[in-house]
Amino acid sequence: MGVMERFRTGSAAGGGAAVRVSEFLTFKLGGEEYGIDILKVQEIRGYEAVTRIANAPAFIKGVVNLRGVIVPIVDLRVKFELGEARYDAFTVVIILNVAGRVVGAVVDSVSDVLELDEKQIKPAPEFNSLLDAGYITGLGTVESGEGERLLILVDIEQLMSSPAMGLLDTGAR
Amino acid sequence: MGEISNAGLQQDDFDLTQFYAVFFEEARENLANMESMLLDIDIARPTDEELNAIFRVAHSIKGGAATFGFGDVATLTHELETLLDRLRRHELSLRRGMVDLLLEAGDVVKAQLARYQGSTDQSPPTDVLIGRIRQMAAGQEAAAEPTQGARCLEVRIGPLKDGSAADGLVELFRDIPDLGTIEALDLGQFSAEGVRRFKVMTRSPDSELLELFSFHVAREQVQIADSGAAATAPQAGVAAQDPLAGARPAAPESDGYGFFVDPKTLPAQAAAAQPAAVEGDPARRSDARAKPAAGGLESTTLRVSVEKVDQLINLVGELVITQAMLTQQAKDLDAVKFSSLLGGITDLERSSRHLQETVMSIRMTPMSFVFNRFPRLIRDLAAKLGKELDLKMVGEATELDKGLIEKIIDPLTHLVRNSADHGIETPEKRLAAGKPAHGTITLSAAHQGGSILIQVSDDGQGLRRERIVHKARERGLPVRDDMTDPEVWALIWEPGFSTADEISDVSGRGVGMDVVRKNIAALNGTVELDSAEGYGTRVTVRLPLTLAIMDGMSIGVGGETYILPLSSVVESFQVTAGMVQTVGATGRVVKVREEFMPVIALDDVFRVPRQDGDRAPEIMMILEAEGKRVAALVHELLGQHQVVVKNLETNYRRVPDISGATILGDGRVALIVDTASLVKRARH
Amino acid sequence: MQSILAVDDSASMRQMVAFTLKGAGYHVIEAADGQEAYEKAMTQSVDLVLTDQNMPRMDGVTLVKNLRALATYASTPILILTTESGEEVKSKGRAAGATGWLVKPFDPTKLLEVIRKVIR
Repeated sequence: MGVMERFRTGSAAGGGAAVRVSEFLTFKLGGEEYGIDILKVQEIRGYEAVTRIANAPAFIKGVVNLRGVIVPIVDLRVKFELGEARYDAFTVVIILNVAGRVVGAVVDSVSDVLELDEKQIKPAPEFNSLLDAGYITGLGTVESGEGERLLILVDIEQLMSSPAMGLLDTGAR
Repeated sequence: MGEISNAGLQQDDFDLTQFYAVFFEEARENLANMESMLLDIDIARPTDEELNAIFRVAHSIKGGAATFGFGDVATLTHELETLLDRLRRHELSLRRGMVDLLLEAGDVVKAQLARYQGSTDQSPPTDVLIGRIRQMAAGQEAAAEPTQGARCLEVRIGPLKDGSAADGLVELFRDIPDLGTIEALDLGQFSAEGVRRFKVMTRSPDSELLELFSFHVAREQVQIADSGAAATAPQAGVAAQDPLAGARPAAPESDGYGFFVDPKTLPAQAAAAQPAAVEGDPARRSDARAKPAAGGLESTTLRVSVEKVDQLINLVGELVITQAMLTQQAKDLDAVKFSSLLGGITDLERSSRHLQETVMSIRMTPMSFVFNRFPRLIRDLAAKLGKELDLKMVGEATELDKGLIEKIIDPLTHLVRNSADHGIETPEKRLAAGKPAHGTITLSAAHQGGSILIQVSDDGQGLRRERIVHKARERGLPVRDDMTDPEVWALIWEPGFSTADEISDVSGRGVGMDVVRKNIAALNGTVELDSAEGYGTRVTVRLPLTLAIMDGMSIGVGGETYILPLSSVVESFQVTAGMVQTVGATGRVVKVREEFMPVIALDDVFRVPRQDGDRAPEIMMILEAEGKRVAALVHELLGQHQVVVKNLETNYRRVPDISGATILGDGRVALIVDTASLVKRARH
Repeated sequence: MQSILAVDDSASMRQMVAFTLKGAGYHVIEAADGQEAYEKAMTQSVDLVLTDQNMPRMDGVTLVKNLRALATYASTPILILTTESGEEVKSKGRAAGATGWLVKPFDPTKLLEVIRKVIR
């Protein structure tokens, strides 16, 4: 898609205004599909050679060596109690760059990278979700072969740096 | 006095901002040197060398400040230069008040420069300071050099109602031998304001004159000033006449340059008759301040940015990891078929280790970098607290990683302030206790094993057990009567604890020792207190020498691999039946030679998941930390190697009993055990 | 290319002078005090000496005297840097055999202008 096509005039918005487009990485977790800001994603990896850390909560699987950097891995399937979490050749880890740290999150599967413009993003209504409503930034809709895909857009930085994730030191000794 | 020009800042073809960084660094060093010299100088007998060196500091900063356009700095240092110039020519003699003023001025210059470097918005006011410097430079005592000639002074007395009081001064000079001469400048007449003026030639210092004059007139009515013209007695090196009289510069002077000979006639210029002996004898190194011999070579040191060094260290770290991986991979190769490959890998291992050691040593900085700020602090504290303080420094050459050096400054400063404020008693109290009036605070640094030991000790009143117990009770802290002394001292670490009678602004403000301990713990260090009431207190800080490289012992615990710092491993052995005995409900001990040690099983500590058919651990490792020992049960001894220590907290958080992580040869992460916390846990 | 020996105990001043002179096509030799300058002058050929006065080990005027005692430097142009009110330095410099003086602080253009008057 060419650069010019990224700016489309929105007729409903009064015409002539350039529309901003954001890119999202989409992944599946517990039957729902989520989208996160692609700029926070460093890479996608498989799950291997995780060193366990004693006395860490069960959803913190441990740390891995990412080209010389020690990165903690959080399994979101375990954190949100989504049933049996399998670790095999297909297990996928999203390596994130959030709050000045590099952390990894295990999800069910990673889908693709999508562009959504402002018109495709609506505010999220109240609904039962895994995540605290505070972390949900909106609902994205994308046309797809089977109809419409609904993406729950998440502020992954806020989520991963929350105390509940246990990744940051709260300072208490 | 000519004006300081601001020329040179934004010339059309020249951007001078590229030299700022060097100038700031240079000025910083110069100011630090000046402070050091002022603190060390013997006020009664300063050497010419010291005075010249201090003068050059002001001169150098002034030159740079003027060239690069820092007007306020140039103005202030110009005044300092004037004062220091008179000092080094012995036109003034050094006094304590002058040293204090110079130290103060140095601080102000530092603040001025800080503004240009962007670290503050404040521009310190300098009018009063400049006034004081000028005063000091203008009318003070002449040097006590016997070769000095008499001083020529102008003395004003008044306003007076009765002129005859001033005549009494004339009698003074008549009656007192060797006082000098006095001559009325005003023909015996008052000035309009009732002031009399005299010209006085004397070898006596102002203070003496004032004392004598006060027999006749009030001190406040006396004003003594140098009368400007030099004394008639020859003074070393100062030509009173215009030195250029008779010389005709070839170029106009007002242009800021000039020639003594017509430049066009240069090749024909005859050298002035010179003695064959070379003045100053360049063959003899006369400078006592150890400057390395130049010997025609470039300077033997380099300035390198810390970033570059860190980058280098990271790259070397990566190299070591890769090399370890190669070594690992090569283990299974046929030694005969691949002999040269294996030989190469061994060489690589050796070179990497060597490279690593060398690179790490670049960041090692001597403790003097930290210790050097304390003489000044002690001096200021002594003045503020009204105590006499002596500072001793031992082992300043002991080196520590640069990253740690900067972080240790705050906690150490706090400890020193504590010693000065709460430790050392007032001179009266000390004398009453049979101690010398001055208290001594000793800073020491030494290597011990893989750590550095930094101690702050004083010969003050020590920790007072009763007061601490009392205060702890007041604060609701758990106190038992049978607590040992060390347990009582440990109460001091509790947040909010302070036995100061008032929170003085020197060390109080409720910032307690718990902050000090936290700071040190953040460096993976420990701190301990030791004291004897009436004798003194000692605080010992122990830090790992460097966070980055460590000799480690890999151990297998239930299928997982952990690393023990080699420096904490005393010995290891196979456990046989009967060695381990139970104590109480769950405690276990083992007797090694004559010592009983608590036993801990690492697979329990680290909650290693058990599998069916797992054997119990049978290898006992004796670990030692902070002088205490514990016996740890593990499954396997896997080997010894150097590991690159990675910080877990960069992307994660602090983990109990774990001090860091490393990457093994096979690419997996292994956690490094914090033996100190293990030992504590085992022994409560 | 001509060589200039720049002598000053202040690194920032040396750097500025070196930068200015190199930019104008001169080869620059630096020294942090008179002694280092003297040693370098003995082992390298120098077409002009530019020296500060106040330096450790050997000051500017002494350097001038010592250089003039060498046959090779009997007539080399030597300029002393002085402060505005440094009459004494000017006179001592002249007595020691300096060619001329230049007032500090100076700007780079002035420096080049003066230097061009004494060497081509």
